[in-house]
Amino acid sequence: MNRRDFAKLALAAGAAGPIPFGITRAFGQTRGGILNTVIQPEPAILVSALNQQAPTLTVCGKIYESLLTYDFDLTPKPGMAQSWERSPDGLTYTFKLFPGITFHDGSPMTAEDVVFSVTKALMEAHARARGTFARLASAEAPDPLTVVFKLKAPFAPFLHAFDATTAPIISKALYENTDLRQNPNNARAIGTGPFKLKEWVKGSHIHLVRHEGYYRKGEPYLDEIYYRVIPDAASRAVALESGTIQLTQWNDVEAFDVPRLKALPNLDMTTKGYEFYAPHLWLEMNTRIAPMNDKRFRQAVLYAIDREALRKRVFFGLGKVATGPVSSKTRFYEPDVPKYEYAPAKAVALLDAMGLKPGADGKRVTLKYLVPPYGEMWQRVAEYVRQSLGKVGIDIVLEGIDVGGWAARCGNWEFEMSAPWTYQYGDPALGVSRSYIASNIRKGILFSNTSGYSNPEVDRLFEEAAVAQDDATRQKLYSQVQKILVEDAAVAWLMELDFPTFTDKHVRDLVVTGSGVNDTFARAYRA
Amino acid sequence: MRMLAGLAAWIARTLAVILVIASVNFALVHAAPGDPAQVIAGQSGASDETLLRQLRAEYGLDKPYAVQLATYLGRVLRLDLGYSYRQQRPVLGLVLERLPATLLLTGTAFALALGFGILLGTLSGVRAGRWSDTLIGLVALVLYAMPVFWLGLMLVLVFSVQLEWLPAFGYRSVGAPLSPLGQVGDVLAHLVLPALSLAAVYLAVYARLMRTAIVEVAAQDYVKTARAKGLSRGRVIRDHMIRNAILPVVTVAGMQAGALVGGSVVVETVFAWPGLGRLVFEALNQRDYPVLLGLFLVMSVLVILINMLTDLLARLIDPRIGASARAA
Repeated sequence: MNRRDFAKLALAAGAAGPIPFGITRAFGQTRGGILNTVIQPEPAILVSALNQQAPTLTVCGKIYESLLTYDFDLTPKPGMAQSWERSPDGLTYTFKLFPGITFHDGSPMTAEDVVFSVTKALMEAHARARGTFARLASAEAPDPLTVVFKLKAPFAPFLHAFDATTAPIISKALYENTDLRQNPNNARAIGTGPFKLKEWVKGSHIHLVRHEGYYRKGEPYLDEIYYRVIPDAASRAVALESGTIQLTQWNDVEAFDVPRLKALPNLDMTTKGYEFYAPHLWLEMNTRIAPMNDKRFRQAVLYAIDREALRKRVFFGLGKVATGPVSSKTRFYEPDVPKYEYAPAKAVALLDAMGLKPGADGKRVTLKYLVPPYGEMWQRVAEYVRQSLGKVGIDIVLEGIDVGGWAARCGNWEFEMSAPWTYQYGDPALGVSRSYIASNIRKGILFSNTSGYSNPEVDRLFEEAAVAQDDATRQKLYSQVQKILVEDAAVAWLMELDFPTFTDKHVRDLVVTGSGVNDTFARAYRA
Repeated sequence: MRMLAGLAAWIARTLAVILVIASVNFALVHAAPGDPAQVIAGQSGASDETLLRQLRAEYGLDKPYAVQLATYLGRVLRLDLGYSYRQQRPVLGLVLERLPATLLLTGTAFALALGFGILLGTLSGVRAGRWSDTLIGLVALVLYAMPVFWLGLMLVLVFSVQLEWLPAFGYRSVGAPLSPLGQVGDVLAHLVLPALSLAAVYLAVYARLMRTAIVEVAAQDYVKTARAKGLSRGRVIRDHMIRNAILPVVTVAGMQAGALVGGSVVVETVFAWPGLGRLVFEALNQRDYPVLLGLFLVMSVLVILINMLTDLLARLIDPRIGASARAA
């Protein structure tokens, strides 16, 4: 802590206020302070209703809020809604908002803004939200603090679509009847979150300051947050080490730096706070291309890769070996599925049984692997996979490409193998089924069912589970579908990714929900 | 009159070059696979047809290629660099905002490289074969062989992390209210490491070039004459040797000044220096066509201007160049 911070803390300690909402800790030592952190790459705009690229969502988590937040086990918790109800037929959801919520421009946030955001703004500009809210028959605001959503048909994960990255609330007064993407207010980034945009020096930093009108009295505890743009991973690690920044998130720090940074006395590390996203990494095989259309080949690939070694060597012990399509962090995970231990002999037997014999050079088949261009890690994963598969006679040629090319070729099915990772968004119906159901085989669309896997039984089970009313029924259906997908080896699941969140030892309570670093930081403080 | 005609011809030639460059840029940029809509989809974790259609319409990518090219060239002629839908700002503003940082960085690096390159090269040349010549040659070789990013990181480790003398990244201290003078000092402190890293390779090149030229010049008759007529060693070196040896160095430096702007991408990335180089890199990754094309154009104009300055400078140093051009 430098002198200035100390002076601020001292000032804050003297100014007594009401007991902050929902906090039992003694008040007084928590208010004040500045958090310096990093954002990479720099967001294009700071309106998460219009742009959902990862860095946008992280910064906007402080500026915008939604109706709900989610605990580490994904149980809904109050966001801007203090309570909510589902009708017995599963068609009507009623949310009661907290009173006294204001936008950063001082205007009150009411149920009308929620209805506008969900039915107009997000439906127009937010691809993922559109998938959920297209199911609405109506949305109404009977009074300023009540929102009533009516669904056309039951949709079980509806309550998991109200996190700040899926359903950020923007102001009806500022955005109604305008061209959303061209709206001049986009530069002001007006939300209801605990922090508001003060200054954005492009290429350098984003400066957020406390929203004095925040409805949870006493919060946020921090005065300011600086998101600094530091494009080089090594420089970010240095900044963390030297204390210039007090927080790194997602893949700010490369996995090979983690063991070293973890050992530093001034830093804490946690992998909690990514449960809502539960990033899942797999080796995707284009099933339109032989021999990857044969499930025995895909099973052989799973047997041939020592995924535990991948976890230890490439990810330096972070994460967990994925057993199937649903992450163990997400609801309705089924552990009892066919197991693919590391068994190259089994892989060889399967490949032989297929009639895929090695040629004179020992190669059975040569396939191209499109390396995702999102950092050093994915190159290492690719090299590991190439080594592993090479040992059983599957020759892999790595193809390098940049972000634009990767997205285009994966979306257009112009790949043989690649290793995408996707988020699960708290419910299999929101983040898992999309990669496997036949109705989502859509050319040109990234993160659809790009492998081309198709199985009517799987389609039926996913569909039933999405509309089933009670969790027990859903669990049964999802367990069944997970067993089928794993037996079919629809893709070769590699890892449940963990990201290291490093914080300075003096920064507390940053990660308090399943959205972690994308959440508001309203109760984070410097001790 | 002849000079005016010459100037007009030069302007016409330059304009033609710029238009050709703009067309080639356009073709190259659009030849890369992928478009901004897909990049945004790829980093949003979800996508659908509506999103892709909206974004492509916004970027004008739904129009035929020829129409897009014609629109673009028309705008270039009107000095309109277009609008970045991604950043929601006119490209010209984006570029101008980053230009000072890049000019400061590359200008400082250029001056450092040229100044120290000429100094070291001269010292080395006049002491050719002695141990100090060998030492300078060795240092130049090491600097030349070192990758820029590695040198940058090592400088950060030594001067920022270990010694804590200089800031590791950024171009100014964030969140610290400073006096105007303090701000200048602050920026200069941030400038030292990136400028040194960027200058290193070029410094080595210029030093080697200068040494060779000095050694060559030293054997010329006019140098012997100057010595024979009793001029001091310093004056011989300053007025007779450097003046003649410097020309090839200036010519090469002029040609490399363009590369310097491009080479700053790496340094700007390592030191989080908010300049044009990083903007290029980000725009390329995001397929932000308007920004990318605008940047290419501005950079090619910069290169043309620098070449012109080099020409003028060469004539200033060696009046014979202008004379022979006029005679021909």
